[in-house]
Amino acid sequence: MSASDLHFDGEFPIVIEGLTNAFGDFVVHDEIDLKVRRGEILGVVGGSGTGKSVLMRSIIGLQIPRCGSIEVFGQDIVAAEPDEVIGVRNRWGVLFQGGALFSTLTVGENVQVPLKQFYPELEPVLLDEIARYKTVMTGLPAEAASKYPSELSGGMKKRAGLARALALDPELLFLDEPTAGLDPIGAANFDELTRELTDTLGLTVFLITHDLDTLYAICDRVAVLADKKVIGVGTIPELLQSDHPWIQEYFNGPRARAAVASRDRGNRAKGMDKHSDREA
Amino acid sequence: MREWADFSTEEAEGRTTVKVEGPLLVSTIGHLDPGLRALDQPVHFIDISNASPIDTVGAWVIYRFATDQNADITGASEQAEILIDAVERSASSADIEPPRLPIVPRVLETTGGKVFEFAGGMLNNLSFMGAILVAMAATIRHPGRLRVRALVRQMELVGVTSLPIIGLMSFLIGIVIAQQGAVQLQQFGAETLTVNLVGRITLRELGVLMTAIMVAGRSGSAFAAQIGTMKLTEEIDAMRTIGVSPVEALVLPRIFASILMMPLLGFYSACIGIIGGAVIGDVMLGIPFLTFLARIQEVVPLHDLYVGLAKAPVFGLIIAISGCYQGMQVKGNAEEVGLRTTKAVVEAIFMVIVLDAFFAVFFTEIGWG
Ligand SMILES: Nc1ncnc2c1ncn2[C@@H]1O[C@H](COP(=O)(O)OP(=O)(O)OP(=O)(O)O)[C@@H](O)[C@H]1O
Ligand SMILES: [Mg+2]
Repeated sequence: MSASDLHFDGEFPIVIEGLTNAFGDFVVHDEIDLKVRRGEILGVVGGSGTGKSVLMRSIIGLQIPRCGSIEVFGQDIVAAEPDEVIGVRNRWGVLFQGGALFSTLTVGENVQVPLKQFYPELEPVLLDEIARYKTVMTGLPAEAASKYPSELSGGMKKRAGLARALALDPELLFLDEPTAGLDPIGAANFDELTRELTDTLGLTVFLITHDLDTLYAICDRVAVLADKKVIGVGTIPELLQSDHPWIQEYFNGPRARAAVASRDRGNRAKGMDKHSDREA
Repeated sequence: MREWADFSTEEAEGRTTVKVEGPLLVSTIGHLDPGLRALDQPVHFIDISNASPIDTVGAWVIYRFATDQNADITGASEQAEILIDAVERSASSADIEPPRLPIVPRVLETTGGKVFEFAGGMLNNLSFMGAILVAMAATIRHPGRLRVRALVRQMELVGVTSLPIIGLMSFLIGIVIAQQGAVQLQQFGAETLTVNLVGRITLRELGVLMTAIMVAGRSGSAFAAQIGTMKLTEEIDAMRTIGVSPVEALVLPRIFASILMMPLLGFYSACIGIIGGAVIGDVMLGIPFLTFLARIQEVVPLHDLYVGLAKAPVFGLIIAISGCYQGMQVKGNAEEVGLRTTKAVVEAIFMVIVLDAFFAVFFTEIGWG
């Protein structure tokens, strides 16, 4: 990735240390540490209710932690004044679990909101063009740009949410279960899109998912949340070394084996493609 | 300061080359794009070898310019090529805004839409009333189906929690009536009639009317917003599929709660209003507080109280139906919730005042003047 003053050059865009989150007496996270590397797709897994979404919300400053520190692009998020964080906010994009589209705006206008907010100098013609290509880029039909969120299907809302998250071409992307509720072909396309954007734009992606196919297909590393802690971070083979029962059950369950098999099939098919390319 | 992307043109052998320099990013492209659009000479080559880094917005600007000018892009880095490729695949000319008709048909269509909406609204209104009647009949036949917990909860929200604000409002209104009335009546030496004025007007008219306006603003709006939001989040649909009738579960408790609480609140309001008047009587007119209250018993005919109490449940019914009906009509987006809530309150207050005028004539005619 080319180095420039606009880009973050450190090794870890997100650094979490000793983070504790709690609602009243109910502790969700107990002093967790996590570092996200630049340019990687970090998959975050864990059972329902283990606090994946809460972790994401605290990184983007929506959830005030009880204690601990969070740095994004070297900027402390927890103790910072609101206007100190502005310089960070236009460098990340967030896809919420529920989509969180603005219901009174069309998909295209939703995409334009962050652009207008941060770059008022952009002309309306260009804004419209950007909204159009972003919409199509996330796999929506072009006509969807003029539709209101209430007129979209669940999967289309996810894509529209991604289009808005990508509006500013952010360096850091937070995705909360992006492929939940998508058809398998759509989910695979979504994965491919995430991978492609990561590779070409040098994105760092914080990806919460339950989708084993996504984990195997595109994640560089995986962080596992359980027992209020991050019980493991690493590549899937590294995690398999762990003897934590949840990890074993998760990666050795029938669904995981199916995902591995399908990935291997995919690789073999690609390999054959390459062969035939060479022969041709 | 930000470093903006910029361009220069070069002519060589009758061919024009546009050289783009600087970072091609969404944050730095703001001045380049209008400049490129304003260029009116034909361009043959676009040189982006000095432009980096690049993101998809930058790639789009270059791609759009190249396609419009039918020019060739030169000096693209590998990354730029991938991005230009990606935006090319995503190019489209679809609309961003919802389709919009030209002005004349649009006015006609909107007018027609309003007429149909009005007619449909009447129909919806009727069917909503019908649904309420059916639910009420069902509840009378099977009293066990009445949602007692929800009813008690709504009675608390409509009634108990509004006691402080209604009390304060009524006290102040009692003070204002007594004080203004006393000033006028003193001119005729009839200031003792202030007691009649305060007692009759609060018990007969203002107690219930002001309470109705307050309840419409507090609870009518809450009904509309709450049910409307539940409609948006598909909670109402979920209820129907489980076999729970939303009218029975949500609407009836609110209607019963309003009907039951309005007379109590109206009476409470009148009492506090009289106390406010009595305070002024004590301070301004020298009528002792307790004497004022005792005089109320003598000068206010009992039917004034009946008039007030008879109107109250009707007003409660109107407020609750208006709120619940508008809530159930919500569809689409969050803005609709706001519009419907406003409508619920405005319609409820309007209907209450119209009916109040009707009641005034009616009760005078039957001799309760
Ligand atoms: N606003 C809140 N108030 C109280 N508790 C909350 C709140 N938000 C989340 N929680 C609790 O925190 C825990 C973690 O929630 P979170 O939404 O992060 O789960 P998750 O890991 O994202 O689950 P899923 O995979 O189902 O999305 C849950 O037990 C939840 O009950
Ligand atoms: Mg979640």
